[in-house]
Parts: sequence; C-alpha cells; structure tokens
Amino acid sequence: MTATTATTTRVAARASEVWKVYGSGEARVTALRGVSLELLRGQYTAVMGPSGSGKSTLMHCMAGLDAVTRGDVYIGQTRLTGLSDAGLTRLRRDQVGFVFQQFNLLPTLSAKENILLPLAIAGRKPDKPWYDTVIDTVGLRDRLSHRPSELSGGQQQRVACARALVSRPEVVFADEPTGNLDSRSGADILGFLRRSVTDFGQTVVMVTHDANAASYADRVIFLGDGRIVHEMAGPTPDAILDTLKKIDLSVGGE
Amino acid sequence: MLRATLKSLLSRKLRLVLSGMAVVLGAMFVSGAFVLTDTIGRSFDSLFSNAYANVDVQVTGHEVTEGQQATVPASVADQITAVPGVAGQPTPQVLVDGARVIGHDGKAVTTFGAPRYGRDWAGEKDQVQLREGHGPQADNEIAVNAGLAKTANLHVGDQVPVLTVFEPKKTYKLVGIFGRPGGRDSLGGETEVDFTTPVAQRVMLGQTGVYSDINVKAAAGVPDDALRARIATALGSSYQVKTGKQLADENKSSIQSGLSFFNDILLGFAAVALFVGTFLILNTFSIIVAQRTRELAMMRSLGSSRRQVIGSVMIEALLIGVVASLVGLGLGIGVGAVLAALFGGFVGGLQLAGIAVPLSAVIGALAVGIGITMLAALMPAIRASRIPPVAALQEVATADRPLTRVTVSGAVTTAIGVGLLGWGLFGRAGSGTLWLVLAGVLVSFIGVALLTPLVARPVVALIGSLFAWSVPGKLGRINSGRNPRRTAITAAALMVGLALITGFNVVVSSVSASLHHLGDTQVKADLIISGQQSAELPPTFDPAVLEKSKQLPGVREVAGGYLDIGKVNGKAEGIAAVSDLPALADMFPLTAKEGTLAALGDNQAVLDEDEAKTLGLHAGSTVTIQLSRGQPHTVKVVGIYAKNDVFNGWMVATNLIPDFRVPQPAQAFIRLQNQSDLAAVKASVARLLADSPEVNVTDRSGFIDQQVSQLNSVLTFIQILLALAILIAILGIVNTLALSVLERTRELGLLRAIGLRRAQAMRMVTVEAVVISIFGALLGLIVGSGLGVAVVRALRDQGFTNVALPWNQMVVYLVLAGVVGVVAAILPSVRAARINVLEAIAYE
Repeated sequence: MTATTATTTRVAARASEVWKVYGSGEARVTALRGVSLELLRGQYTAVMGPSGSGKSTLMHCMAGLDAVTRGDVYIGQTRLTGLSDAGLTRLRRDQVGFVFQQFNLLPTLSAKENILLPLAIAGRKPDKPWYDTVIDTVGLRDRLSHRPSELSGGQQQRVACARALVSRPEVVFADEPTGNLDSRSGADILGFLRRSVTDFGQTVVMVTHDANAASYADRVIFLGDGRIVHEMAGPTPDAILDTLKKIDLSVGGE
Repeated sequence: MLRATLKSLLSRKLRLVLSGMAVVLGAMFVSGAFVLTDTIGRSFDSLFSNAYANVDVQVTGHEVTEGQQATVPASVADQITAVPGVAGQPTPQVLVDGARVIGHDGKAVTTFGAPRYGRDWAGEKDQVQLREGHGPQADNEIAVNAGLAKTANLHVGDQVPVLTVFEPKKTYKLVGIFGRPGGRDSLGGETEVDFTTPVAQRVMLGQTGVYSDINVKAAAGVPDDALRARIATALGSSYQVKTGKQLADENKSSIQSGLSFFNDILLGFAAVALFVGTFLILNTFSIIVAQRTRELAMMRSLGSSRRQVIGSVMIEALLIGVVASLVGLGLGIGVGAVLAALFGGFVGGLQLAGIAVPLSAVIGALAVGIGITMLAALMPAIRASRIPPVAALQEVATADRPLTRVTVSGAVTTAIGVGLLGWGLFGRAGSGTLWLVLAGVLVSFIGVALLTPLVARPVVALIGSLFAWSVPGKLGRINSGRNPRRTAITAAALMVGLALITGFNVVVSSVSASLHHLGDTQVKADLIISGQQSAELPPTFDPAVLEKSKQLPGVREVAGGYLDIGKVNGKAEGIAAVSDLPALADMFPLTAKEGTLAALGDNQAVLDEDEAKTLGLHAGSTVTIQLSRGQPHTVKVVGIYAKNDVFNGWMVATNLIPDFRVPQPAQAFIRLQNQSDLAAVKASVARLLADSPEVNVTDRSGFIDQQVSQLNSVLTFIQILLALAILIAILGIVNTLALSVLERTRELGLLRAIGLRRAQAMRMVTVEAVVISIFGALLGLIVGSGLGVAVVRALRDQGFTNVALPWNQMVVYLVLAGVVGVVAAILPSVRAARINVLEAIAYE
C-alpha cells in the first residue's frame, strides 16, 4: 500500500497497456499496441517517432481528448477510462493544460482573456501571484490587451503556454508547439516549458519530431508502429538523431 | 463549370434547404391563395347556377337605392301571363334577407355572411323538398330549411322566436322542415324561414299584396333572352326583367370581386413573406460566395471569365428557385385545398367544387419563387465576380469591408422611403396614396436594413452585456458582433414582420386611446344600446324599448337612431333618423352653425357643415331624399350642425322611418340624471332588451371597447398572416447560426479541449441567437412605432388625436423574440455541442 501511494504521488499521469484501434474490418488501423508509460511529476518528457507511429494518438488518449480501446489511463488519481464526456471535460479544464501546434487562441479575446479562459470557464479566480509569475516568465505583460491577430506567431504560442500553465494543471500536453515557428521563437517556447519544469515543478509532455526540441526534455520516449521502442534519459540532439535513424531502419525494414 | 456548380451545390445541402425553405413558403402562400380563391369561386358559381336553374326570367321592381328593389304588386303576374311565350302561371314570391331566428341560447342565429331569408311558403317544388311536417298554413306557423334546423337545433312542434324586418321578436310554431335537391340542407349556408304568404308580405315587405319578385318559365322553344325582352317591353321601365343566367352571373361577379379582394390580401402577405425571404437568400448567397472565395479565385486563375463566375452563382440560384417554387406550388395546392375545405365547413353547407390548379397559381408561384431567388443572388454573384485571382493564393479571406458605402446608401434609401411615406400620408396624393405609402414602407425597410450593420456592433454589444455574466454568454455576445453585416441582415429580416405588426398595433391602440379620450371629454351619453353587425343588415331592436327606457327612473334623456342608405339628390348617402334630436345634440354637444337643432317636424332634416358646404345647402334649403322604400321625399334642411369628431351626415325626422330598409332602431344613447345609479339603470335597460337579442347595452367605455375589439380581431388576423414572415426570419437565424457554428468548428474544438462543457457550448450559441433576435425585435419595434405614429398623425384630421404606444404588446414581442432566438438556436447549438474535438483541432 505504501509503495502504491508513493508511486501515485510521484506519478502525474500513467498509461497502462493502452490499445487504440480505429475503424473496423478492412479499414481497421491499430494506432497503439499496448503502450505503458508513467509520467513522473516535475519531469519534462518528449514523445518522438516517425509519422504514423502513434505519438499524437498517445497524447490525445492520455489527455482525455480520445478514448482508448483497451487499457487504462490516469491523470493524477483520476482514472480516465469510463469517464463521461462531462467528466472528461472537467478533467481537461482542471487538470490538463494544452499547447497545440496552431490555432491555440480565440481570435475574439485579448491575450489576457485567452490566458484566463480555462479558469473563467470553470468559474475560478486566478491565483494572482502565480498569474504574475506566469506572465513575467513568458514576458507578455505589455501585450496583454492585444488580440491574437495583433501578435506574432511566437507571441501567440507564448500566450498559449501561459494559458496552459495558469491553472496549475497536473500535466501540460504540448503537441508540436514549435512546429509553426521560426527557430528563435521556437527556442523561446522550449525554454519556457523547460523553466516551468525546473523552476515550478510542472509536468510537461511534448510531442515533437524535432530532435533539437526533444533535447530540452529530461527523457525522450520513442514510438514506432504503436509501441514504445526506446527510451532515453538526458538526451542530446545527436543521440536522438542516431536513435531515430535506427528506429526508421528497424520499422522500415519490417 | 456547370458540373462544378452542381457539386458545390450538393455539398451545402443544409444551407440550401434553409434558404430554399423561404422560397418554398412564399411560393406556397402565393399558389395557396390562388387555389383557395379559385376553388371557392367555382363553388359559388355552381351554387348560383343551381339556385337559378329553374328560373328562366325573373321580374323585380326597379332599383330604388343601391341593391334595394321596389316590391312587385300581385297584379303584375297577370300582365306577365298575357305575354306570349310564358309557360303556365308565373310564380310570385317573397324572398327577403332579414328573418333572424333566436336560438335556444337566446341569441340570434348568425351565418357567415350568407343571407337569412324570410320567404313565403309556396308548396313543395323541385327545389324545396319537405323532410318533416308540412308547410305553414296558419299565420303563426313557419317552416325552416334543414340547415337552420340543424344549426339552431329546432324540431317540428317547437315554438320559435323570429325577428323580421318589420316586426320585433314574435314567436311562431315550427310545423315543417325542408331540404334542397340532392339531400342538401341549404344551397350555400343561407337560412330560410317560410311564412304563409300574407305573413311573409307583412313582416318582410311591410305590406300585403306585394312580392319581392316573380319567376317566369319560358314555353318550349322560346329562348330566355327573347322572353325577357318581351316581358320588359310589356311591363315598361318600372320593373327589372332579367334571365336566370344574368342573375347567376351578377351574383357570381359580386362574389368574385369579394374573393379577389381576399386574394389581394393573401398575396400582400405573401409579398411580405417573400420580401423577408429575400434577405435570407441574399444572406445565404453572400456567405456561400465568401466561403468559396478561394475556390472561385482559383477558377478565375484557371481562366474562368467574370461572366462565368456570375453564371455559376446564378445557375445555383436558378436551381434552388425552380426546385423550391415547385415544392411550394405543390404544398400551396394542398394548403389551398385544406383552407377551402375549412371555409366550406365554416360557411356551412357550401358544396365545394373539385380542387383545380389555376394557371395563375402555377405562374405566380414559379415566377415569384424563381424571380426572388435570382434577384437576391444577383448582388452576391456580382461580388463573386470581383474576387481577384490572387485571392486563391492568400491564406486569409479579405478583411471586413468598410461600412461607409452601405451606410451612405442606407441613409439615402431611408430618406427616400420616409419621403415617399410622408408624401403618401400627409400630401394630397389622392388615389396614389396607398401605393405611395406601400412604396414608402418598402423603401424605408430596405434603407433601415442597409443602415443596420452600422448600429449592429454597438447595439449588439449592449444587448449582449445582459448575458455577459457567464463565460459562454460573453463568448456568444462577442460572436454575435463579429460579422455585423450578417447579424444585421438576419436581424433585419425579423425586423420587417415585427415592424408591420407593431405598426398596426400602434394604430389600433392610438385609435382606442383617441376614442376613449373623445368619449370621456365630449360625450355625455352614459349608456349605449348597439349590436355588432355581422350581416348585411344592421342589428336592430324593438322600437318600444326607446319609450320604455325613457320612463325608467334615473334616465334623463334617450335618443334612438334608425339607419338607412338612401340617395340625396341622386347621390348615395347614409341617412339616420333620430327619435329625439335635442337629446342627441345635448349628449354629443352638437351646436347649430345655422338654423336650429330643435325637435324635427315632419320632412325636416339637419346635416353637418362639411356636407352642407359640399352640397351647397343652407338652413331653409330643400333636397330630394330617396330612401330604401317608397317614393322620393322633399325634405327641408332646418339646421346645420358644427363640425365635430363624433357625428356627421344626415339626420331626418321620424316620419320617414317607414321607408327605411329596416324600420327599427339600430342604436340608442341614454343619458342619466345626476347621481343616478348607472349599474341599476343599465340592468333595467338590459331587461327591456330581453326580446332584442341582437343588441346589448353598455356603458360608454364598454361601448368603445366593443368598437375597438373589432379592430383587435383584424389585428389578430394580421398577426397570424405575418407569422409566416416571422417564421422565415427564424429560418434566417437558424441559417446564420448554423454557418457560424460551421465556420467556428476549430474555435469550438479548442474551447471544448480546454474544458468548455457541452451545455456551455450550447449556451454560447443560444446567446448569440437570442442577441440577434432581440436586436431584430428592437429594430422592428422602433421602426414599427415610427410607422404607426406617422399613420396616426396622418389620421389627426379624422379625430384620432392621441398617440398611444402598446407597451404591453411591445414587451410581449420582445420576450417572444427572445424565445424565437432560443428555438432557432436548438439545432445549431446541438451541432456545436456534438463537434468532435479531435477532428476540430486536427491540422494535419
């Protein structure tokens, strides 16, 4: 029992034996084949893999955006499998933060309103010191009243990061957050995510196929053909690239 | 190009169905109106053909006044018999409208416009078949037609009270019930009370030995026309001689003109519906073009000409127009048939002709449906053709165009519309008034619709702030202000119907307020005896009531009014006989401008100053007055009363009453002594009226309410017809919202991903809908109030001096608009709630 409790407190999110199958019959596609993964609290995890390896599917399943076919997913203490739409929605609102590749913000709201949107939907007041910390970390104080259309792509992603962090979620899921950015803006975003882990103990999962982006993480999970094929701690861009080559060969060679 | 058009057409089914629906409803209304009036018209045709089937030639007295014929003495029948070509004995008959049976509920049995004949029993004939009992043989016996027996639940042996033209209530014994050929209860909803001939002559014609007409049969081989000419020559000019066919045709054409008026009204409402539909179609095509910008730009860059782009949009419009018009035509035929059946049942016993589809229905529905669709699509098509090819390569659609041009043109159009309206209402446009007013209203609506985008943003923000206390409400408010043009045109569609309803309401409530004001400030009569006119003859009461009520304790004075339509110096005029002119002059302060308003001596009259001026008459002048019966009278004008808001026209002495069409009073005004008990006197008068069920006694304000209630029922009818326009406006809101949801799929997906619940997503869409519909309702209330006030101001000269806004109604409309918004949001909000989050945020 003590061991379990210790584990659960250390683990922010967990997938166990997760299968995801789309369609049926001829059109049947198996995206995940028994993936088990624990995301430790305060850890920055990158998920990599070639296109079609299931990395986005894994993220969607773990974030409560998609239902798994078999297996269990937990965020904190909450078991996602079997939750109703309303339950999943509340979970996403209160315990998950998202940063998507693009179209992160409502064009009609100002940056500040966008950042506070999940809290507003939940009817919660922001924690003022934490809000200030987040705003200062992403460096957006002078842009708060601007609409997304008045911000650059990099600034928009920083707003999205602030939004993901401001509700102090259990896990922040970032899906190719730098995919649409030039390298400098991308580096800014990756830096913020890194700092949110290091300085504030936030748990972050990032799906990417950019080896340089993945090297900001504490560990990298490599997916191939719906399975975890490799794991690496303390990654460097070169090591990641080597591993990717090997996976490509092995997957391609099958 | 055609293929591409068809493909894109199919890919937007829902939107097309919605905008097509507006055309369907409009075309349905148009074709339904034509089918209805055609069916009813033909039903009446066959009714009259049947009614006159056995009449070859009919002789009546000359026309004394409009529609009122002199009687025919019995001796004329002998003169006719002598004419060569007449077969057998001519049949004289008494057949006069105005025999009203009092039912078991104590009220006079009414028909829906069909006559209530009093007739003389002439034995069983091919047209009259006894079902029960026998014909009347004694003076106190009657027979009735089966239709009346059924409606009033009468049985042979019953004692039946009847009001007739010349006698107040009298009770007869029912001895027979008869039907019409083919087992029918009546020819077309009319009621018939048959008396013995002398009684019928006395109570319906006021004189024994005379008839209303004589029917003649032609001998074999003698054409009706030839016989008619011979009889006419033999009788001379004091009689009218007509063939059965002429009579049937005259009746048909009078029904036709009534029906065509009805048809015009229905088409008017169809026009309103289609006008509103135009907004919806225009909006749909604008949105379609906006969404296809890249596609159309790509076509342009691939070499399509501008004309081809316009063609592609217009072909789409043509297809929608054709399909929707055909569907509308089909539905309209069904609606027309159902309404005709309802009408037949309503009238009671009208044998309906088969449903046929007149060419006018087909042409009307197709022309209107296709025309409106194409017209509405023209502007968006031209805009589509202006899309530069380079737009294909741009990521974002063109930014919001500035509103300057549309605002300026809106201001100009509104000014023109208001100008036309003002000219029509306040100018001296004569016969063009109605058209000027209609054009003014139409152009004003278009102008206001063009101005709407400008006000949309601030007003919508204001309305929306009511809902901004929750996040979904706030998002909905913001969304409704995002596309001011679209919001504006959607709201403007709702505005049109509501503005018309509000306008009518303002007029009615102002008229009511003016009448009450008038009643309170100028009228001293405390009680009024009157009835609601539902047939050609006015409701009347026993003249003895006038004298008896004067004797009641607490009554100061009584003035009774008898009404007739006569001719003054050959011109048709309403003529009233007043039982006590000084009392009337006292109760409605009438002041003598010339001469006196003292009690009238025989063959004396008074009239108002305007009429006197028109006719060039002064106190002391004499005129010739022809009443509904008898010879012309030479009448001396003894007084001319000053212009006032209550009374105008001729008032003549009571010695002329026997020549009135109905020599019984239709109205009476009673003034009480000070400090007498109004309720007690009212109750006493009501008791005196026990045998006069067509009228009742009300106090002043009750009387005015009664008058206004007739306006209110017209208002209800208008509201029902305008509901169609509002229905179309609702479709417009649904359409706009469905598009918003579609366009904002990604936003909705994102919101759902970061934790917006389904119910919250639905609320967001609902708020958007409610904000748009309340915006439209506000516009409608404001524009409608403006219209109504303008009309009331124009009626100022007629004594309608008070302007009253129907606040309660307006609040009700506003609330209903909110409900409309909620209803319109149902489908789009469910759609929004069902959005698949993963698909919405997918970008690969």
